[in-house]
Amino acid sequence: MSKSSTLLLSIALCLALTACGKKAETPPASAPGAAAVEVVKIGSVAPLTGPQSHLGMDNSNGARMAIDELNAGGVTIGGKKIKFELLSEDDQADPKTATIVAQKLVDEGVKGVIGHLNSGTTIPASKIYADAGIAQISPSATAVAYTAQGFKTAFRVMTNDNQQGTVLADYVVNTLKSKRLAIIDDRTAYGQGLADQVEKTVKAKGVAIVAREFTTDHSTDFMAILTAIKAKNPDVLFYGGMDAQAGPMVKQMRDLGLKAVFLGGDGVQMAEFLKLAGSDGEGVYASSPGNPLDRMPGGKAFSEKFTAKYGKIQLYAPYAYDAAMALAEAMKRADSTDPAKYLPALAALNYTGVTGTIAFDEKGDIKGGAVTMYRVHNGEWVVAQ
Amino acid sequence: MDILLQQIINGLVLGSVYALVALGYTMVYGIMELINFAHGEITMMGAMICLAVMGALLAAGVPLPGLMIVLIGLLAAIVICALLGFVIERIAYRPLRHAPRLAPLITAIGMSIVLQNTAMLIWGKQYITFPPLLEITRYDLGGATITNLQIVILLMSFLLMLGLMLLINKTRLGRAMRATAQAPAIAGLMGVDVNSIISITFVLGSMLAAVAGVMVSAYYGLAHYYMGFLLGLKAFTAAVLGGIGNIPGAMLGGLLLGVIESLGAGYIGDLTGGVLGSHYQDVFAFFVLILVLTLRPSGLLGERVADRP
Repeated sequence: MSKSSTLLLSIALCLALTACGKKAETPPASAPGAAAVEVVKIGSVAPLTGPQSHLGMDNSNGARMAIDELNAGGVTIGGKKIKFELLSEDDQADPKTATIVAQKLVDEGVKGVIGHLNSGTTIPASKIYADAGIAQISPSATAVAYTAQGFKTAFRVMTNDNQQGTVLADYVVNTLKSKRLAIIDDRTAYGQGLADQVEKTVKAKGVAIVAREFTTDHSTDFMAILTAIKAKNPDVLFYGGMDAQAGPMVKQMRDLGLKAVFLGGDGVQMAEFLKLAGSDGEGVYASSPGNPLDRMPGGKAFSEKFTAKYGKIQLYAPYAYDAAMALAEAMKRADSTDPAKYLPALAALNYTGVTGTIAFDEKGDIKGGAVTMYRVHNGEWVVAQ
Repeated sequence: MDILLQQIINGLVLGSVYALVALGYTMVYGIMELINFAHGEITMMGAMICLAVMGALLAAGVPLPGLMIVLIGLLAAIVICALLGFVIERIAYRPLRHAPRLAPLITAIGMSIVLQNTAMLIWGKQYITFPPLLEITRYDLGGATITNLQIVILLMSFLLMLGLMLLINKTRLGRAMRATAQAPAIAGLMGVDVNSIISITFVLGSMLAAVAGVMVSAYYGLAHYYMGFLLGLKAFTAAVLGGIGNIPGAMLGGLLLGVIESLGAGYIGDLTGGVLGSHYQDVFAFFVLILVLTLRPSGLLGERVADRP
């Protein structure tokens, strides 16, 4: 009872402070009476240039929206009014750049990082954040290795590849009833990790892997590997990689007369894929970790807010938003912006975000991460089954 | 057998595009000994301009058949890229004609960054899709499939290459170009307007690049501000493979590179029993390049030329 009344009181106090703060902002920060505003820097890293920049901007905007809302609502931590500042950096989806950017953020004194987007960049950067003791929450990295390194600072709000790969493999065997599976991956930590997990699980269920081919995350021509695959006559083709490759890949599959069902992971389950694949995308299956927007508890409201501000959601924006909110929530609960103090609170967090309940297991993976299967129907992604 | 045929078809289509772009590199190198790194970006511009014009026409609801819209887009791309090639030579290379060789090379790289970022600012970072204006028909060819689009790409590339060969070997302009390539100063003394020949070379190369860009975007169904980089790199490799500065060499190099890549990716896994997979596709192509350059440093058809004074 007394606790809740204290909470109410502090909320009232916060509101009052915010009101004061707004008035006090008009003259330059000279009023000594008002509590000093402490600027807390939060990093956001994603590829903002290059082939994946549409996804990178989406992540960055998701985090920015959370930060803007937090600032608008007013946050007081440790008795000080807090103003969050988002430092949005570009890692170009390149592991080397990712470490440079991570070091830059550490040097600039960020208190937490939302990112990176790709597994391939998240993993090398995580060592730098771990050494600096700064919390890192990736909204979209799904490679198992990220949280398997034993860092106390590494978290993710996204279902990992093992969870997703297992669901995909079940789908291949039980729903698509595949007997001959072909696998392509793009040799990134994400694509390869997912493809390996699918291969391992499917093999264990006794389905033949007839071909395993590779490409890169810059390629647009897949005729050669698809021709090689066609010779092996598969009934399902699984691609571990991103939409930018999957779109032209499906087109070229159909050009070659390869009739296998195309199946992808969350990198394929994107609005962009539909544009790129055009009519050839019809009937393609893809999984997505987490729930679709309309199944997220706060999905509809988020979608409306985000679309009004930044345009169409690509995919990960709600997760980036939740990651930023979870970080702020842990700071509030620990009543400190010092990573050493709020990290335990983040590890023990149980917070209801837009995408669902944000709670981490002992590795830093999201607990009970959902996976949803989608299928392209009339040029739209619809939930399959 | 049908798989081998299919791989060769794949390789030839890819290679003919490489060859068209490689021609631009090799023509400029032949005349100015300059590697025009902005050339890949011109290809990208060609694709983007074509898509933008087609998009505008479609949005305006112009009642034309799909093929006409594509042709108008292609024409616009060729004209604007020709202009772009002319302007780039004028502002970025001509003032440096007598500067040390490194200087124009650096402006070339700078130009490519400028073009790439201009395209990013105009058309954004997302992939732009080629509207479904072309009816794709598939033909069966001894077990392999070939689409009408692939046939058009092959035919158009070969016709353009043939046209260029005729232009260079049979016309007055071609003779002037060859003379400028051999010795610009002497050609000037003989009454050749070296400046306009160099301009024409850039314009021709850019027009070919525009066609290649449109073909690539139609073939893969997309264009992107970043697409010129890798395409330019591959085409440059093709030009070097064939012997840079040599026009038939660029064509041979392009086709060869396409086929090598295709066969490499298709067979490397089976041949090595899965030890090396198709991710060694590019390694394979560049290995062939290294091999050729070790045995024939001036490329397959390149001649050993004396240093120009």
